[in-house]
Amino acid sequence: MNQTEIRDIVDEYLEESAQLVPILQDIHRKYGYLPEETLHHVAERLHIPLSRVYSVATFYGAFSLKPRGRHLISLCMGTACHLQGAPRLLHALKDKFKLEDGETSPDERFTLKVVNCLGTCALAPVVVVDGTYFDGMNPDKLLKALRRFE
Amino acid sequence: MSSSVSLNPQAELKRIRDTVKRSRGGVREIRVCCGTGCQARGSMELYEVLRKEAESFKGARIRVKKTGCQGLCEKGAVVTDSAAGYFYCLAKKENARTILERVKEDDEKVSSLLYIDHTTGKPVIYTEDIPFYKKQHRLVLRQSGSTDPEDILDYIAAGGYRSLAKVLGGMSPEKVIEEITSSGLRGRGGGGFPTGRKWRSCRDASGQKKYVICNADEGDPGAFMDRSILEGNPHSILEGMIIGAYAIGAHQGYVYVRDEYPLAVHRLKIAMAQAGEFGLLGYDILNTGFTFNVRTNRGGGAFVCGESTALMASLQGQIGEPRAKYIHTVERGLWDCPTVLNNVETWANVPIIIEMGAEQYAKIGSEGSKGTKIFSVVGKVNNTGLVEVPMGMTIREIVFDICGGVRNDKQFKGVQTGGPSGGCIPARLADLPVDFDSLTEAGSMMGSGGMIVLDEHTCMVDVARYFMSFLRKESCGKCTLCREGTEVMHETLKSICEGRGSKQDIDLLEELGQAMQTGALCALGTSAPNSVLSTLRYFQDEYLEHIRNKRCPAGVCRELVTYSIDPDICKGCGKCKELCPQQAIEGEKKTPHRIRLELCMKCGACLDVCPFGAVGRRSYCDKS
Ligand SMILES: Cc1cc2nc3c(=O)[nH]c(=O)nc-3n(C[C@H](O)[C@H](O)[C@H](O)COP(=O)(O)O)c2cc1C
Ligand code: FES
Repeated sequence: MNQTEIRDIVDEYLEESAQLVPILQDIHRKYGYLPEETLHHVAERLHIPLSRVYSVATFYGAFSLKPRGRHLISLCMGTACHLQGAPRLLHALKDKFKLEDGETSPDERFTLKVVNCLGTCALAPVVVVDGTYFDGMNPDKLLKALRRFE
Repeated sequence: MSSSVSLNPQAELKRIRDTVKRSRGGVREIRVCCGTGCQARGSMELYEVLRKEAESFKGARIRVKKTGCQGLCEKGAVVTDSAAGYFYCLAKKENARTILERVKEDDEKVSSLLYIDHTTGKPVIYTEDIPFYKKQHRLVLRQSGSTDPEDILDYIAAGGYRSLAKVLGGMSPEKVIEEITSSGLRGRGGGGFPTGRKWRSCRDASGQKKYVICNADEGDPGAFMDRSILEGNPHSILEGMIIGAYAIGAHQGYVYVRDEYPLAVHRLKIAMAQAGEFGLLGYDILNTGFTFNVRTNRGGGAFVCGESTALMASLQGQIGEPRAKYIHTVERGLWDCPTVLNNVETWANVPIIIEMGAEQYAKIGSEGSKGTKIFSVVGKVNNTGLVEVPMGMTIREIVFDICGGVRNDKQFKGVQTGGPSGGCIPARLADLPVDFDSLTEAGSMMGSGGMIVLDEHTCMVDVARYFMSFLRKESCGKCTLCREGTEVMHETLKSICEGRGSKQDIDLLEELGQAMQTGALCALGTSAPNSVLSTLRYFQDEYLEHIRNKRCPAGVCRELVTYSIDPDICKGCGKCKELCPQQAIEGEKKTPHRIRLELCMKCGACLDVCPFGAVGRRSYCDKS
């Protein structure tokens, strides 16, 4: 019996079962978060313990287990944005909408996600709302820009 | 392809190249930058309008083309005119018609879109005359900006896949490794490990199955070099990976891309599909019998997953915790098989080395660091953007000559390099050559190429606190020194920023920093204290100001500043009063206003809104 041959055979299947992260990513994209019952489903279908699905779902910052509001605000807290006043934007959102990182406002209007560098540092500080970029923001401009997202 | 081709992949590729060149010769290209920075400024709309308008310009052979990042993100959207060499900036879709009309009018340029040199105040016409480009050595980025990243023919016409054909057409794996080794290429992902040596060990490692991986997790918050290569020239990465796979004997590769980079993933997938169609990727590449497949995986948004062993765990569908490295990944990496992991920029250098030859390549750069390096220069700088320079260029040349110096003529305080794992270098060391070894010696590191320019309004304690807050959140929690160390350091720095610090805190930071450097499990933890230790080394007086005098000299730390209105400047327009969320501003219309400090929550809204510059932010000390 050749050990490496057997290992190669097993490895083929290991690679298949490694798709947990991409699977969760696709579910997340579809629903905006990971609903609890989907985690059960995934565990069952992949024949892995729920605890393993849960550990992956909570380890990675890209996943949220809570439903998302009507609009997603991505606030960049990368270094360039930090230096140019992003923390003040965060304060403004906290004051005005009671938003914290990863949380949804009580009226379910906004969900806030603090991200690290959107790769558009020339536009710092940057906020992206539902895919639209707002550059060179200050608290006042940001709150005005958010008016059109009901 | 006919079977005779298998003897000569180079000839086959040349045939494709010649055909493309013939059909596209004499076409004038209007190149619209469609990197993320320019897209955020509306370059896609501009591109669409240009294309539509161009259709009505029959006769003139114009091709409107979208390209990858052209570097000068500050002035997006950027458009260049290939034949005339004109460089247009801050272009909008309203300018589309004019741009095309001028093309017809015998090479006239659009004056209103020219770049204005801020030192002379004069417009600059041609790309190569703009100071930002003059001192650069664009090697890896040479095609980002001239080729369409979604069109493989563009890449082939520019000489792409020639290196792959050269390798498969007659170089042994040994020879390839030798070439990479003698080029002196060192990994661009942070550590600077010699790439050739890594490949050698992996080739020599025993095991049937081997893997190559491209690390495109780019976790440094404030850097976007890798993203620009992925978006601007994805084929160069694939070509490098195929060559690497051939050299070590792998048939499967992975690209692990950061989740925040959807455009990069999109373009990479297009590139992979096209390369497959042309027989350059997949089964029996260029009919030489060599087979290699690639898969892309999106990261999960965890900084630690950029670390090699954590990345591999993540690829295996597990949580991204690093493991101790007494066994090297070149021997036992992904699925316990020998694995070569390299950074995006490292892979993109491979075809260049094969094409130029190691000897030529090694002439670029400095003694211990060969080739070029791409930096994303951001922060308080005039021309934010991507620059590629030979290794060993000084900080001064990069910040001042290329990027136009500090914004608003403020005083230059230093640069931060290397991201969260790196450190700060003070202005007095501005003549330090930027390469792997001298940066490490100065207490920072090259990292992946982030360079953040700091000015007099940057608080160094706040910078250290910022990075520590980042690392505290990103520490995976597996080893105690990193998990608890980052937490305690952050808490200590925070209390200093809030005016609650004591002299002992500095000793604590130093002691803890040294412990983490020696005891943490992975490089996240061992490098975590760098930003603290380097600022303590060069900017200790700022720490002491916060501690002794409860004063933030840069006027940044919220708890240590006050806002006030200068009665001599204030016209009593009432804008600030209206906006203040705390109703902390009082005063009658047309008379100077006043801030009631006991109510002020220091949001700074008044400062932003004042049209006369009457609102000031000061450190406590100058309150009187
Ligand atoms: C916490 C941490 C984060 C890292 N992040 C990245 C990253 O985002 N991109 C990268 O290429 N290397 C990153 N690295 C370095 C990798 O571990 C590895 O050294 C590198 O990808 C090897 O490629 P190279 O030899 O081509 O540089 C990181 C290392 C650590 C410890
Ligand atoms: S730091 Fe915000 S976009 Fe880069």
